[in-house]
Amino acid sequence: MNIATLDPAVEHRSSEWLDRNSGRIMVLPAVLILLVFAIFPLIVSAYLSLSRFALAGGSFTLTFVGNYNFRRLLAGVQQYHLVGTFKPMGVLASAVFAVFAVSVVAWLVRFCRTGFSLVGLAGRLIAAGVASALLFAALGTSFSGGVEGTLLTTLLYVLVGVSAQFLLGLGLALICAQPIRGRNLFRVIFFMPLMVTPVGVAYMFRMLADMQKGPFAPLSQTFGISNWSWATQAWSARLMVLVGDSWQWTPFMFIVLLAAVEGQPRDQVEAAHVDGAGGWQIFRDITWPAIAPVAATVVLIRLIEAFKIIDMPNVLTAGGPGLATESLTLHSFIAWRTQDLGGSAAIGYILLFVSTVTCVSFFNFVVRPTRRFQ
Amino acid sequence: MTGHPNARPLMRRLFEPQSLDDMAPVPKALTYLVLLFWTLVVLFPLYWVVVTSLKIEVQVDSGPYYFPFVDFQPTLDAWRFMLLQNNTLWPYLNSIIVALSSTVLTVFIGALAAYALVRIRFQVKLAAVLTFVVLVFGVIAAVVRFAVPWPVAVAVAVVLFFLTLSTIGRRFKTAVGNNDIEFWIISNRIMPPIVGVLPIYVMFQQLRLLDTQVALISTYTAVNLPIVVWLTRDFFAGIPLDLEESAEIDGASKFRVFFTIALPLVRSGLAATFLLILILAWNEYLLALFLSNAHAQTMPVLVSAQNTTRGPQWWYMSVLIVIMIAPVIVVATFLQKHIARGLLAGAVKG
Repeated sequence: MNIATLDPAVEHRSSEWLDRNSGRIMVLPAVLILLVFAIFPLIVSAYLSLSRFALAGGSFTLTFVGNYNFRRLLAGVQQYHLVGTFKPMGVLASAVFAVFAVSVVAWLVRFCRTGFSLVGLAGRLIAAGVASALLFAALGTSFSGGVEGTLLTTLLYVLVGVSAQFLLGLGLALICAQPIRGRNLFRVIFFMPLMVTPVGVAYMFRMLADMQKGPFAPLSQTFGISNWSWATQAWSARLMVLVGDSWQWTPFMFIVLLAAVEGQPRDQVEAAHVDGAGGWQIFRDITWPAIAPVAATVVLIRLIEAFKIIDMPNVLTAGGPGLATESLTLHSFIAWRTQDLGGSAAIGYILLFVSTVTCVSFFNFVVRPTRRFQ
Repeated sequence: MTGHPNARPLMRRLFEPQSLDDMAPVPKALTYLVLLFWTLVVLFPLYWVVVTSLKIEVQVDSGPYYFPFVDFQPTLDAWRFMLLQNNTLWPYLNSIIVALSSTVLTVFIGALAAYALVRIRFQVKLAAVLTFVVLVFGVIAAVVRFAVPWPVAVAVAVVLFFLTLSTIGRRFKTAVGNNDIEFWIISNRIMPPIVGVLPIYVMFQQLRLLDTQVALISTYTAVNLPIVVWLTRDFFAGIPLDLEESAEIDGASKFRVFFTIALPLVRSGLAATFLLILILAWNEYLLALFLSNAHAQTMPVLVSAQNTTRGPQWWYMSVLIVIMIAPVIVVATFLQKHIARGLLAGAVKG
């Protein structure tokens, strides 16, 4: 630095260089970090998912095995774990699937007739394919008396959890936007669960749901179910995970939707009120159109994050009973712990694929249209 | 107040509001009922954790006791044990260091990138991007399959990269612009951490940085960076251009404009972003589970490790949970309004 201050020409040249390249210098750290911590691992993981990992002495060997890991998980010996155990489909399940397939085809045909584009068709085909495959898996396992695997459990967490959180958050936001006293206090309180560490939330709900020592023990004793445990039943255990997850994430929906509701055009609401419009009418015609873009975006954010769920099932139930509450991330983690690195990476890639298709489809078919009306 | 309230029939007075700033009694009562119910739903679990942390083993095992001093005698035994005898403070310190430094780094790097992406036009040649990707594949293949030492592979790749750029790069002019770069940065958030964590684990193992704070800080920075870019870009896009332009005419460099004009203008949005990232980093579990062991262990890992063979010891666990959530709740309560506004700004434009 000393030299630079002594020689104005050098200082001038270096500052000029800095100025000319300032944009690149500003973006470079972010790009480098993402290259090292996202793109590079992504490529290595892709390679891992196509190979078999084995410890040999103090070192390890990687053998290229092609799509063996994916085949094993999707159709082979580990299908029960990832997708589930299939049972022959009944009439009802077949009918549901047929109706779905027909409506998907109709949707695609309509798209080709009205606004055809090659990229659009490709995107719709992928979305429709993934949705049909997932529905087929759900109908073939859970609906027909089989057992569902981690893929379907994760989807359950995502679809049911995010919907519940959205509806609860929206309801609370609408109520909190009413002219009532103590609004700010309620707002601060409702926000709190978001800040509790997910691991902590899981333990908290384990404590609360303890049928013998928990706070609701007297209640369960009156009903004579103190020996029953939610952790031993597949659906009650899943419900528990969903309850914990919703307790934690409803505030996120609430806080953003509340800000959106408060930002709705007040003069329109007043005019509608003067004209004698009811609460439901005002919501449908003014509030909802005003908050729809925000609503779609928060749901998208939650979708992205919900696919990554691990803390809650891992701590609450350790994935049990059986595989009932195991999410894909937890499945991958367990595979990693048992030295099955190839399988672990393959599960991760399946998760990446499903969540990317879901989120991109949601963005294109839901978020975009709501913004168009702005 | 319009007209004479008593002129309206009783039922209408009970159910229909007179003005927008007031509510009729029945809906008002229902509203308060719902609000109180949800307050209970939110606060009761937190209350139960605090109360449990004041109990001893017998009081937990012999059934539920609800109120300290009323149906059980609270003690600070669990607190004393966890804070003085158990190794709690080290993970706590780790958590503070990791969360704070990664948040500062993330917000700084992210805001810098977001500002540049909003204000400066970028033209990155597609050829460069493609060459780069091909070379990364090449390096990884060389290292993994043919056991080439990684420094050699990287050096060769760098040389090849500049060679190809200076030859092919002149021919193909197709370029990616700001929106593409931005989309790429933000889309990184979709990637589930479990996909990337295995190679990151191996990478830190090779660098002998496994189980250090550096490993956690840098990984958290990468994971949360997309959120910062996504949120702050809207803050920067929202500030008027002429302020910056007049500063630039006066001869200030882009960096100067960024630090002295742009950053101060968006400080409330930055505060919201900072807090949000801080919460995410403070509560992060999966990456810490992989990358830390004894030395760099953070609080979420410590909490989840409490599940001993004798079953979780609720009284100790509660202490951990309370000391973990207390500071965040205090800070966030004060900044809660900013967070909402910050998130809303991001959600509107996305």
